[in-house]
Amino acid sequence: MKTDRILMAHGSGGSMSQQLIDDVFKKAWNNPYLSAMLDGALLDLPPGRVAMTTDSFVITPLFFPGGAIGKLSICGTVNDLVACGAKPLFLSTAMIIEEGLPLSDLHKIVDSMARTARKARICLVTGDTKVVERGSADGIFINTTGIGVIPSGIDYRPSRIKDGDVVMVTGPVGDHGLAVLAQREGLRFATPALSDCAPLGVIGRVLEKYGGEVKCMRDPTRGGLATVLNELARQSGHGILVEGGKIPVSPVVQGACDMMGLDPLYMANEGKMVVITAPRQAAEIIRDLRQLSEASGSAIIGEVRLEPRQMVLLQTELGAQRILAMLEGEHLPRIC
Amino acid sequence: MTDDQVYLQRLLTEIKGESSPYALMEVCGTHTMAIARSGIRDLVPPNLKLLSGPGCPVCVTAQGDIDAVVAMVQDPAITLLTFGDMMRVPGTNSSLQEERSRGSDIRVVYSPLDALAAAGQMPDRQVVFLGIGFETTAPPVGATIQQAAEMRLANFSVLSLHKVVPPALEVIFGDPDIQVDGLICPGHVVAVTGVEPYRHLADKAHKPMVVTGFETRDILEGIVMLLRQLHRDRAQAEIQYRRVVKPEGNKVAQQTLQDVFEPADCRWRGLGLIPQSGLKIRSVYQDYDARLKFEVPDIEDVPIKGCACGEVLRGRITPRECALFGKGCTPLQPIGPCMVSQEGACAAYYRYTPDKGRL
Amino acid sequence: MCLGVPGKIIKVADNYVGTVDVNGNQMDISLRLTPEAQPGEYVLIHAGFAMEIIDADIAAETISYMEEMGWYDR
Repeated sequence: MKTDRILMAHGSGGSMSQQLIDDVFKKAWNNPYLSAMLDGALLDLPPGRVAMTTDSFVITPLFFPGGAIGKLSICGTVNDLVACGAKPLFLSTAMIIEEGLPLSDLHKIVDSMARTARKARICLVTGDTKVVERGSADGIFINTTGIGVIPSGIDYRPSRIKDGDVVMVTGPVGDHGLAVLAQREGLRFATPALSDCAPLGVIGRVLEKYGGEVKCMRDPTRGGLATVLNELARQSGHGILVEGGKIPVSPVVQGACDMMGLDPLYMANEGKMVVITAPRQAAEIIRDLRQLSEASGSAIIGEVRLEPRQMVLLQTELGAQRILAMLEGEHLPRIC
Repeated sequence: MTDDQVYLQRLLTEIKGESSPYALMEVCGTHTMAIARSGIRDLVPPNLKLLSGPGCPVCVTAQGDIDAVVAMVQDPAITLLTFGDMMRVPGTNSSLQEERSRGSDIRVVYSPLDALAAAGQMPDRQVVFLGIGFETTAPPVGATIQQAAEMRLANFSVLSLHKVVPPALEVIFGDPDIQVDGLICPGHVVAVTGVEPYRHLADKAHKPMVVTGFETRDILEGIVMLLRQLHRDRAQAEIQYRRVVKPEGNKVAQQTLQDVFEPADCRWRGLGLIPQSGLKIRSVYQDYDARLKFEVPDIEDVPIKGCACGEVLRGRITPRECALFGKGCTPLQPIGPCMVSQEGACAAYYRYTPDKGRL
Repeated sequence: MCLGVPGKIIKVADNYVGTVDVNGNQMDISLRLTPEAQPGEYVLIHAGFAMEIIDADIAAETISYMEEMGWYDR
């Protein structure tokens, strides 16, 4: 019997599970690690410190302008490795699939994961799927875990951030959050904004040559730029001062946020990095970043200060300094 | 510097030159936010106080009214739709956010029209729109009720917690303990009502009023215009926000308000019962009044221990002077309503205004 | 209360439905409260309704109002 939807039997471990692996996964992913069909992957790593990260992806809708859960699940983990200073190497994935998910959707998701992984130069070496009853999951939940190796001379940690360091962001913020929001039920507006979802290994490769000049990197995903800047301020024990007018935000994103009562600085990004560097080569670094299509909108947005400790201040167009706080609770559209 | 920046700095220079101790109050949550986000409060001289009055409709929604909504959504037939702002407002024991997690069907919408559409799509659900807001938001909600009536939608209704601004201002101006020398009037409210009610208030209280827009530049101009009136001992209602506000207001919107709602006594959080300050759905539209359709209990407010929101809303104290500010009461775990809404005076202080002592 | 943003009307359809553009974002709103609004005009949008037609001449002014008020000869 041929079905066009995921059935509970696909998760039974029996012949239908095997069929799913053969029809969907093996077609998209093919490498010696997977075809060995062992219970786990046996990996040889180049010398260096190993970075490992994991992330789970739950998003409504599964497909959105500029991206989809499959691409997102690769980019999210790759970018976390890049932010650690690592070269992404290996990836595992675990999928929890809701009974009834169209097989064509699963095909699309798995294919886009494979395409994105190739682009990001990361190899998927092991995976798992489970099927849960209709109503127990939102279409599909995907977890990915990544391993990478950190080249010698690279050490990206907030504790290396010092007074006078330069704060950069690799492009306009808020597009991903807006593109996804606009698809949600109840907010019927059409936006040309596309998710910025992209693997950013190329940024890591460009910054590698600057060695210790680069202090720290982090991707401003959930909670947005404001939340990541606050994390960095807290973890480094320093203050961060950003200039509001220098933070790149596209007019489309700004307009939609004004309309909904949202703040672009709290909207999620999936293809941007916050980079903190020593001041000495900041000009060269920003010039190099702007050469990349993934970071062509890079801008210096502020600097690290000793005071106020663990806080982020934003300089307004009037020259006043106000707190730029972390996201608190859910970032809901407001009307008031 | 761009021309705009030069102009802003010139406005600021005039404001900084003010040496008299004046207290100016705004009564619009969007003004509260704009002042906090632009950092204006930090730049004005210390003798010039910028107070936040009862201008955030979320903040002034009585605790008992939230309790009543919480009681109403226990009815499993009801789907409640509301603006995002209302989700976190605490009642005595719960909030809409909490009730949603317990299984009530509560959804956030951008427009009352979205609620109308939802009612059309879910004919077997009772769709209730929670109407909050002042004279700006009430006409869209009124127009939606009219549209529902035209469509003869039987499963749509509105729980009106709408309020009007002038009676609350009368309370504030009538309180001898409160010093307010001039009023930054809510631009979008006056765009509907017209300037007449504020002319009347300006005469009666002998205080200058300026109907002000929401850009940084608008607010600085509004402050300058108020200071100039104060210097000349004038008490006029002027319009700074002329690109939007016409002196006579929006007649169609006024008519909608008139046709759908009638004034009623109403409880405000922090200010208590204010006569004729609420908007009740008229009996011609009673089929769309959730208060008549469902069990909506009348619940008295239980005072919150230590919470000084009432004093903040009256402009008697600034948020930082409240003993709970930033200690037990933060935007994530708000105790009082002024901390709940993004535009609440306390939340705006907490989020945006650096504590000079910490810097 | 009362978040409002300006948007340009790009289309007016039946039943007071208007399509507005805000920096490239498009949304259908109700023109019931501004029935005379025409394509090309800017309106103030609040809660999915046009609340008022924006006076483009005044919006385009930069500092003339304060000049009018006697900014310079104060």
